[in-house]
This record gives sequence, structure tokens and C-alpha cells, in this order.
Amino acid sequence: MMDTPILKISGLTMDFGGIRALNRLDLDVHAGEIVALIGPNGAGKTTFFNCLTGIYAPTAGEIILTPPQGGKSISLKGLKPNQVTEKGLARTFQNIRLFSQMTVLENVMIGRHCRTRAFILGAIFRNAATRREEREIVEMSYAILEKVGLAGVANEFAKNLSYGAQRRLEIARALATEPFLLLLDEPAAGMNPQETQELDRLIREISDDGLSILLIEHDMKLVMSLSDRIFVMDYGKKIAQGVPSEIRSNPAVIKAYLGEEVDA
Amino acid sequence: MDYFIELFCSGLTRGAIYALIALGYTMVYGIIGLINFAHGEIYMIGAFTSFIVATVLSIYGFPLLAIVVLAGLAAVVWSSAYGYTVEKIAYKPLRHAPRLSPLISAIGMSIFLQNYVLLAQTSDFLPFPTLIPEFAFMEPVAHIVGSTDIVILITTTIMMLILTVVIKGTKVGKAMRATSQDRTMAMLVGINVNRIISVTFIIGSALAAVGGLLIASHIGQINFFIGFLAGIKAFTAAVLGGIGSIPGAVLGGLVLGLTESFATGYVSSDYEDVFAFSLLVFILIFKPSGLLGKAETKKV
Amino acid sequence: MSLLKEMKKGLFTSLWFVFLTFPLMVIKVDPIERVVRWRWENALYVAVGTFLMYLLVTFLMQRKNARAATETEVDADRESFIHRLIASPRQKYLLGGALLAVAIAFPFFSSSYQTNVMTTALMYVVLGLGLNIVVGMAGLLDLGYVAFYAVGAYSYALLNHHFGLGFWAVLPIGGGLAAIFGILLGFPVLRLRGDYLAIVTLGFGEIIRLILENWGEFSKGPSGISNISRPGLFGLELNLDAAIIYIYYLMILFMIVTIFIVNRLQDSRLGRAWIALREDEIACQAMGIDKRKTKLVAFSLGAFWAGIIGVVFAAKTTFINPASFTFLESAIILAIVVLGGMGSIIGVILAALILILLPEYLRALSEYRMLAFGAILVAMMVFRPQGLIANIRRTYIFEKEKSPAEKS
Repeated sequence: MMDTPILKISGLTMDFGGIRALNRLDLDVHAGEIVALIGPNGAGKTTFFNCLTGIYAPTAGEIILTPPQGGKSISLKGLKPNQVTEKGLARTFQNIRLFSQMTVLENVMIGRHCRTRAFILGAIFRNAATRREEREIVEMSYAILEKVGLAGVANEFAKNLSYGAQRRLEIARALATEPFLLLLDEPAAGMNPQETQELDRLIREISDDGLSILLIEHDMKLVMSLSDRIFVMDYGKKIAQGVPSEIRSNPAVIKAYLGEEVDA
Repeated sequence: MDYFIELFCSGLTRGAIYALIALGYTMVYGIIGLINFAHGEIYMIGAFTSFIVATVLSIYGFPLLAIVVLAGLAAVVWSSAYGYTVEKIAYKPLRHAPRLSPLISAIGMSIFLQNYVLLAQTSDFLPFPTLIPEFAFMEPVAHIVGSTDIVILITTTIMMLILTVVIKGTKVGKAMRATSQDRTMAMLVGINVNRIISVTFIIGSALAAVGGLLIASHIGQINFFIGFLAGIKAFTAAVLGGIGSIPGAVLGGLVLGLTESFATGYVSSDYEDVFAFSLLVFILIFKPSGLLGKAETKKV
Repeated sequence: MSLLKEMKKGLFTSLWFVFLTFPLMVIKVDPIERVVRWRWENALYVAVGTFLMYLLVTFLMQRKNARAATETEVDADRESFIHRLIASPRQKYLLGGALLAVAIAFPFFSSSYQTNVMTTALMYVVLGLGLNIVVGMAGLLDLGYVAFYAVGAYSYALLNHHFGLGFWAVLPIGGGLAAIFGILLGFPVLRLRGDYLAIVTLGFGEIIRLILENWGEFSKGPSGISNISRPGLFGLELNLDAAIIYIYYLMILFMIVTIFIVNRLQDSRLGRAWIALREDEIACQAMGIDKRKTKLVAFSLGAFWAGIIGVVFAAKTTFINPASFTFLESAIILAIVVLGGMGSIIGVILAALILILLPEYLRALSEYRMLAFGAILVAMMVFRPQGLIANIRRTYIFEKEKSPAEKS
């Protein structure tokens, strides 16, 4: 029904020594979609993200990224993490990895790095082009902070933010790299219900802006409410995929994982 | 051929001592992931303590055997005490600090201890008393292998056997292995991790002290600066073998000792230390996991 | 904890240290004359000293814990004195201008010797600022910094000796060569983990020194190179006193340029990337920062500064030999950066002046110089890892934060 997927993964396999963390995984994300990846702890979800973003080099398989609006398809295999980000795929981390000694605004400004140019000479001489670029970085970063509701704390050190705010800052930082596909690794972990609700709204907004989202999440309410499609993993393998209603009633999924959680 | 054997033996002797010091690096690294830069200084303090005790005793006319035993004992006791204290002062408060903080602290400790010995004693080279006599039965081969070499080899072998027994066979050794695999887990199963770390420093320091005593009586002189070079070379040995691995430290020590011995014997003695440093740089660049170590996977 | 209990613990600690230091502090043997001197008074000094030190440390620890409890507010208060002073641009320029005036007037009311000492201190300021780029900002622990300093010094010495090249001609060459060495070394080693990087750079530094020591045909070995020309002033030959003052002013100039550049780098896209890299490499890469390139730039830029100051060093002393480029030299520069506060420009300047001038003017202290440097490294890591003057990025942020508001 849809055109070429913006992300197409086929046969992705990752071995650590003798342990197969990912076993011939297939997955695709289409433009504008919100796709969730769920599965019990240790199923290999984060490993999957790490393979996608170039932090691990997968043992086998293919990862093809196709920018929307008719860009050329590229293989992400063998690219370094920063190159993957340049191609338009950004991520957040499950165990928050902010730059704690930098301010909130600066954290987002770092995200602008790969879309800006200034280098040694620009930094030293601060020519007109560099000044313009710096201004753009600040303005855009500030705008992103406004979007995620952190503009008020732009000058705070990142480490002083609440847990929920830190998670939102991670998203803001990822957005600053201008991705068309955003990977969120358990964005709601540790959030209270109200924060989760705000997060739900934020993710929808980001999606409305035209970004595709692939998220790992344990909060089933959030997953069911947000996702267009859901992939379920267990022991490094995909065990099911489909729209939320299908997943909800899939016996294999219920057996492996959902059972008591989703009926509520 | 004699020359070859001579080089081989002196390489083995050197290597055995490097290994003895390297064990301290590797054990500490295995447990707390720190390059204990001050370890070379612990070795130097061992050599100095044995020098002082041996000289005092010989001036007061003690018999040679008593001198050897007491000097060795003093070296072990005081080196261990220093190792223990250094850990408590410079590393323990930094258990949860960023990775480079304890390393900088260790470098500071190393400089401090060097200058402490310099100020408390002297900057001159001091003649180390002869503790190991030329054995009569060694006479026929004395031109190739000295008695000191034999004593060094035997002593280091004994020390390593003791270490193996301690690590493999005792409760403390088991706790050490557990702590080095997973500190948090070890803590959860009731191991007193702080105590185990202290024990590790004490054992490592004791081995370094023995190394200090042996090398000082081998070379015949000491000064406050000997710890720096010996420390770096022993560290090279530890990395060469695979840091964190105990058999690796021994293997690394021997390989380094032999390499150095042959390189200085057949190539040039001017660049003796350059060999060791270059070896260090090359291993770290090309095979940081060493000969017997395991490659690290980064956790994200 | 009760005071009595603390006292008891203090007493126990001091007894432990008396035992610990006994062989080295109390006994002194003369192996030639075969006499033993028992210096019992030292045991007493150690006991009293340790006890006082224990009380001080306990006090500091308690204060540190108390501060950790109230976290940022107290911190902000404590940090703010110098930062408040320079927060307003007017005060900053006023203060800077006053310091500059004093610095310019300095040679007129002090002897050549003192001017010379001050020049040395300024050289360490610039070296500290250069290493600060590498260690403080980018978080790369470079223990072989002195190697690049040596490259600069030997470039000038050799080019001057063989080809008669002058100071100004070699200045960029020396810096450039050092930077190239930085790139050559940095390329393979910068992917290593932090502590391994530290050791490799240390090894590299020692290799360079050993080569200089042993490769006589190239470097004249341990005896070094003498009769290096002092810098000329438009072709004028200066007498010794004038040359000393000239080099002093040169160093003032270099320092100002360095401060200016480092300051701008710190507030740039590149500077932010360095700091982010120091904080978290993986997150940094995920944000699209090329780890290797960014590190390499920091590393070679730091090397460039060391090379420049190396040239100045050779020109100032007119004689160099490998003994000036030992690991201890790297350690001194590192101590400056650590004491000053990693990444903090004012801190590094202050630390360099304290560490170099204090032992110079308090002669009694000079013997204990290296002892103190070692102790400083340990104490700073344990008690105040942020350094004398922590680097806070507030001023920069403040002005930046306004701009979106201004625009809208």
C-alpha cells in the first residue's frame, strides 16, 4: 500500500562471541509512521538500535535508509555513528547520556554540529559567516527547546534537570540533528503518568512535523496509543508484527511477554 | 653460542623481575580498572627499605643470612604498607570519579613518592650491599649464568607459585576473582570489596618489593628514580601479556625481558629503553588486548 | 562524629605514618663510611604533621560533604567571586587593562633576573593553556606534551645552527612541525581509551627524549646545542638585558594572543564539540560529531602551542639539551591544568603563576617543588576535581540566550 520504506532492515544478525543477540531480523519503517519495537528485557532491542546507529558492526544483514522525498537509498552498514546521524537518523539513549557539564541549550546546540561548518579559523576570526551560523544554531536550538517545553531552563546544567526533563532534552538534542527518522530508546522509562502523557503529546507533534519514529518502550499504554505498527522481539528474533489490535490478540506475543500487562 | 645463552639467561632474569612487578599492575587493573602509576614507586621503596635495613644490619655485624631474611621481610612489610596507604589516600576516594581522575591522582602519587624518597634520603646512587654470594657449585658456568640470576629465577618462580595458590585456592583469592569480574555483583553476594581491593594492593606491593630487592642486588645500586623506568617496563609487560591476566603478566614479562636482552646484545645498547617504549606504544596501538587478554566490548 | 573519636583516629593515623615513614625518614645510612644516623626528630615531625594534616583533611571532607548536600546553591556562591568580577564587560576590561599595565611596567622596576623568571612563568601559562585545549577541553590525557615542546625547541636550535634561520622564520615552522607530529601520533592513538592514550603519549614523549639523547649526529646527544641566536628585532643585535626584556614582551604578546584564541575556540562549534567529547564520546558520535577528527584537531592544536613555546624556550635560554624535556616537565604542565581547573582559562593562568613563581620566590620551598606538584595532583583530584576556578560557561550562555529574544 505504501511506497519504498525509509528504513528497511533485512536479515540483521549480531553475534557477541558465541551469543547471538540478533537473529535474522527484518523490519521496515515507512515515511510518517510511528513504529514500536517491544519485547521482554534482554530481547536485543537496544542492541538492535546500536547496530542501526553504527555503534556495533552487525555480523550480517542489510540496513537500507531511503530519505523521503525521493532521496537515494543508502546502506548504513559499515558507517560510523556520526555518519549515520548525518544521513538523517538520530537516536536517544535508554540510560540517559546527556553532556552533564553543559547547559541545556548547549546540549541541543551540540546536535547542530553535523549541520554546520565553522572550524578552527572560523572560530578564531569569527567572520560574518561564522557569526551567522552561530546565531542560527542558537535560534534553532532555542526553538527546539520551546517545542519540548524546556526553554525556561535553557541555562540550567543538564545534570540538574528532573528525570523526565532529561529524557525530553535527549529528544530535543536528537531533533537538532534534523533527522527524518528518530529512534527513541525507552523514552518513558522512569516518568510519572503525567510526564508520560506529555511525552505522548510531544511524540505526536514530532510525528505531525513529518518525522518517522521508531521507538522501544515498555509502557504498553503509550505503545498502544501511539504506534501505527508494532514489532515484537524475543531472544533476538522477531516473533510478531502488526497493528496494535493484532499484537494485542496475538497468542505468541501474549505468551512471550504481554500477558498480564496489556489487559488492564 | 655461549653469548646466546648468556643473553638468554640475563633476559630471563630481567623478564622474571618485570613479571613480578607486572603482576601488581595487572591485579590492580583487573580489580579496579586503574593503571596504578605509583606501582613503580612501591617497588623503588621496597628496594630502598631493603637497602637501608641490609646496610644497617651489616654495619652492626649481623650474619649474611639474617641480613637477607630481615631485609627481604622489611621490604615486603613496608612496601605493602605503602601500597595499602596509597590506595586509601589517592584511589579510594575516587572510586566513582571519571576514569581519568584516579590516573591523574596516581601520577601525582608517583611524583610525590619519588621526591619524598629524594628528600628523605638522597639523590645520589647508592651502592647496594652484596646479598647473594657467588656459589661455589656455580663456578663452571659462572661466566654465562651468575648466581644472582639463579636466585632471582628461583625466587620469582616460588613467588608466582605462592600467588597462584593464593588466587586459585583460598577464599580471598576467590573473592578477588569475583570482584574483578563484577564488582557490584561481588558486593551483593557479601564480599567486602574495599577489603579485597586493599588485599590486592598489598599482594601486588609485596611482589614488587621482592622484585625491588632482587633487582637492586642484581644491579648493585639504587636511587630514587629507578621506579619510573622499571614501572613503565613492567607496565609494558602487563599490557603485552594482556592487562588483567595473571599468566599474561608473567608471559609479557618474560617476552619483554628476552626481547630487551637480545636487542641490546645483538643490535645496540644505546636504545635499550627505546625498545621497551616502542613495544609499549605498538602493542597499545595494534593489540591493546595483549597476548592473553580479552578484547573489551563497550557497553552502551 | 565526636571530637574525641576524631582525635583518637587522628592519633592512630599519625602513629601509622610514623611507622610507615620510619625506615626512610629516620634512618640514614652512609654505606661508604659505614655509619648509621638515627634522625629521631623526623619521627616527631611526621607524627605532628600527620596529625594536623588529618584534622585538616577531616575538616575539608566534612565541608565537602556538607556542600554536596546543599549542592548547587553554595557552589554558585563560592565560584562566583572571580566570575562575578569579570561578569560585566566593563569590569573585565578594567581588570584586564590594569593587569596588562602592571605586566608592561614590570621590567622597568625589576631586575633582569626577575624579568627572566616572569618570562618563564608566562611560558608555562601558554603551555598550560595549550595543554588545556587537549586535556581540559577535549578530555584527552596527554602525558607526552613535552615531546611537542621538544620538537619546537630542537627545530629552532637545529635550523638556526645549520642554516642560520632566525627566530621569526622558525616560529611557524616549529609550531607546524609540532602540530604535524601531533597528527602523526594522534592518528593511530586517538581511538584508544583514555588511560591507554595517556600511557602511549607518555611512551612517545620518552621515545623522543631518548632519541634526542642517543642520536648524537642529529641532536648532539646529551651535551645539547648551545649558542642559539636570540630573537632579533628588525635585524638589530640586542644586548643581554635588552634581549631578556624583548623576550618578556614577546611572551606577553603570545599570552594575549593565546588567551584570545583559546577563549574564542572555547565558545565555538569546535569547542563545544570538544567539551561534549570529554563528557560522553558515544553520545557525541550519535550527535553526528566525528570523534576522530575532532580529537585530532584538539591534539594537534595543543601540540602547535607546545611547538611555538619550544621555539621561544630555545631562543630564550640559547642552550637546550634533552634533560629539559623529561616526563616531569609534562607532569608540571599537567599539574598547572589540573590545579587551575580543567577547561578554565583564568584558572590555568593563575595556577601557572602560582606553581612557577612561588617556588622561585620562596627559595625555601623550591626544594619541595616537585613534592608539592605531586601532592597537588592527588589533592586536587580528591578534594576539588574542578580545579581552583571551575570553568563555568555562564557568561557565554547569558549573551547567547538573549539573542533569540532580541530577534523576535
